[in-house]
Amino acid sequence: MAENKDIDSITGVETTGHEWDGIKELNNPLPKWWLYVLYACIVWAFCYWIAMPAWPLVSSYTKGVLGYTNRTAVAASLERASANQAAYRDAIRTKPLDEILADPSLLEFALAGGRASFGDNCAPCHGSGAQGFTGYPNLNDDDWLWGGTLDDIHHTINYGIRTDHEDTRVNDMPAFGRDEILSREEIADVADYVLSLSGQTENPEAVERGAQIFEDNCVACHGEGGTGIQELGAPNLANGLWLYGGDRADVIDSISNSRRGVMPHWIDRLDENTIKQLVIYVHSLGGGQ
Amino acid sequence: MSTTEAAAPQSPVETIDVKPVNAKAERSLYAKRIKVFPKRVKGTFRTTKWFVMAITLGIYYGAPWLRWDRGEHLPDQAILLDFPARRFYFFFIEIWPQEIYYVTGLLILAALTLFLVTSVAGRVWCGYSCPQTVWTDLFITIERWIEGDRNARMRLDKATWTKDKIVKRVVKHLIWLLVAVATGGAWVFYFADAPTLAGQLLAFEAPLIAYIFIAVFTATTYLLGGLAREQVCTYMCPWPRIQGAMFDENSFLISYRTFRGEPRGKHKKGESWEGRGHCIDCNQCVAACPMGIDIRDGPQLECIQCALCIDACNTVMDKIDLPRGLIAYETDRNLAAEAQGSHARIRLIRPRTIIYATGIVLVGLVMLATLLTRSDLDVNVLRDRNPLFVTLSDGNLRNGYTIKILNKQYDTRHFVISTEGLPGAELSGVGLGEGKELDVAVEPDNLRSIRLFVTAPASEMTSESHPLTFVIQDQSGPGRVTSETTFRGPER
Repeated sequence: MAENKDIDSITGVETTGHEWDGIKELNNPLPKWWLYVLYACIVWAFCYWIAMPAWPLVSSYTKGVLGYTNRTAVAASLERASANQAAYRDAIRTKPLDEILADPSLLEFALAGGRASFGDNCAPCHGSGAQGFTGYPNLNDDDWLWGGTLDDIHHTINYGIRTDHEDTRVNDMPAFGRDEILSREEIADVADYVLSLSGQTENPEAVERGAQIFEDNCVACHGEGGTGIQELGAPNLANGLWLYGGDRADVIDSISNSRRGVMPHWIDRLDENTIKQLVIYVHSLGGGQ
Repeated sequence: MSTTEAAAPQSPVETIDVKPVNAKAERSLYAKRIKVFPKRVKGTFRTTKWFVMAITLGIYYGAPWLRWDRGEHLPDQAILLDFPARRFYFFFIEIWPQEIYYVTGLLILAALTLFLVTSVAGRVWCGYSCPQTVWTDLFITIERWIEGDRNARMRLDKATWTKDKIVKRVVKHLIWLLVAVATGGAWVFYFADAPTLAGQLLAFEAPLIAYIFIAVFTATTYLLGGLAREQVCTYMCPWPRIQGAMFDENSFLISYRTFRGEPRGKHKKGESWEGRGHCIDCNQCVAACPMGIDIRDGPQLECIQCALCIDACNTVMDKIDLPRGLIAYETDRNLAAEAQGSHARIRLIRPRTIIYATGIVLVGLVMLATLLTRSDLDVNVLRDRNPLFVTLSDGNLRNGYTIKILNKQYDTRHFVISTEGLPGAELSGVGLGEGKELDVAVEPDNLRSIRLFVTAPASEMTSESHPLTFVIQDQSGPGRVTSETTFRGPER
């Protein structure tokens, strides 16, 4: 075809033979290196289809001969990360809690892990800063229902409160109003007495009457002066900190209907390592004893 | 291109039949590259370039091996980019990640210096000290050493693949690769302790990333310095385009004195110079040019202003007993004036240079001031927002804070943390004990994050927010930092 070559007179470049209104298209081919890169990419694409997951099928996809999937890659990298932490995890599993607390590097590891686990498991009820809500205790303060030592916290997280686990923490305050143990007036008087314990006194006569009723019905669990007994999970009524609200109406409600807060047990749901990190974290929030 | 050397027997200067392959008329975007075979020259500028090459290569290869004592806890390498520890060491200076603005300052200084130099003396950077120029020069030197000078190289290039050619080419490329490996190898020493890494590299125990980087830099050095050469400057580099904006009529650029050289033509010994120019059209300047251009065509983008054509032309002028300087560093103003028979004053101080110089001084002073006044102790206090405060069972209030103390000294420092502004405030922290003051130690060249609680009687609070100042006092030295924050309580 060489004899049919149409050479453009101005540029001296061969044309493609296409012509529009006297304008001819020059035949300037792509640079060779560019074409070779394109060919290499095409070859690469075919190799990739064979080696890696590529084509969607109706209910599946072509798996590729290398058997790569993102899921196994993630699992492998998680395993690697876990292996890197192995020394810390082993130490936390084997060492008692107070030794973990005394070891700065273990403490740091446990706090970081505990913070993350707390956000995943505990924050829905206790709040992301463990500040609590009405009915869900604030874990930052030093007011503990069931005790704030490492072992107390460990037990509470392990077995929960009022769960079906046999070691669960449980107590049972009577519903003095609903079950008609006390009359309305008596409950109102006890409420005034309880409020007086934290200095909120409005009706001295009612307080005096309430003191006797408290002595007869409540002291066994809440203790002399209403300071609470942690072994029984009976709250301190005298420190001005209220789990269910400190208004007179709230207190009357608590006495009349009782309160039965529930916390799940975590011993079957989280591994021992995570639970220990949570214990350290909760203990470090400020109220740990 | 023909290699015929038509040397006129009457002239002491050989005339070379050479075309400037990168001259505008010769260039096409679709054309294959025509190889450039720069001829060897001798002269002032060539010698200068040897010196610059020795110094720049010496710095590049030698700098990682310099030592600088920083005490037992820190690396003793004078220049080290320690990415795992996030530190940059430069002799007595240590840069932390948050001080990366020093690098910005250095880059601004480098740019302004480049602008200033360019406006005074043209593309000095390109011609002498750009790594592309230095390494290309080195690769051409190796090529010349093995294959011979221009003519021999051109003959060899055209020759069929004989044993001689194969041997020469293999040896050349092997040495090039060796240089390239050494270049890539030196690079990684800036990022790790050089002697340790060298040992690891030789024992094949170095981290994979080191080998990868050596491979990458070997490849780029070999490709750009050995094979691509002048094409990098002409097609890849943005500087030739930008630097043109910095020249003016007072910049010293490599120029051909057209009024003196033209009309050019062959010259026989003893002939009169009357009525003709001093250029004898020997093409030595074209043959010497590593960029493949003809400087007599005037200033052009491809010219890196390496001044080798000046050396080539001066050699010729000496031989034919004419004054040097037919090609020379010259300003446009002076060229125009000389063409009129007068002489123009050199103007180094002009608005352009004043602005650049002022910029350099200002940025330099700011950097120096920040460097001299920077503290080796830095404290950040973050107060807890969730919860804002905690009421304790005895009625006291407690706030949580995270205090970050940066110790930039090379020894462990012991600090006393105390508070001011809130009477009755007690401090406590996990593992720190409790009291009015807390002792903490911060490891050398390290940051310690300390979580602590401040407990204060609610009676001290007159509003929901009370100012509180943390005082961090160095127990062994004069270091003292205060940080103001607030102490929160319930709404009133």
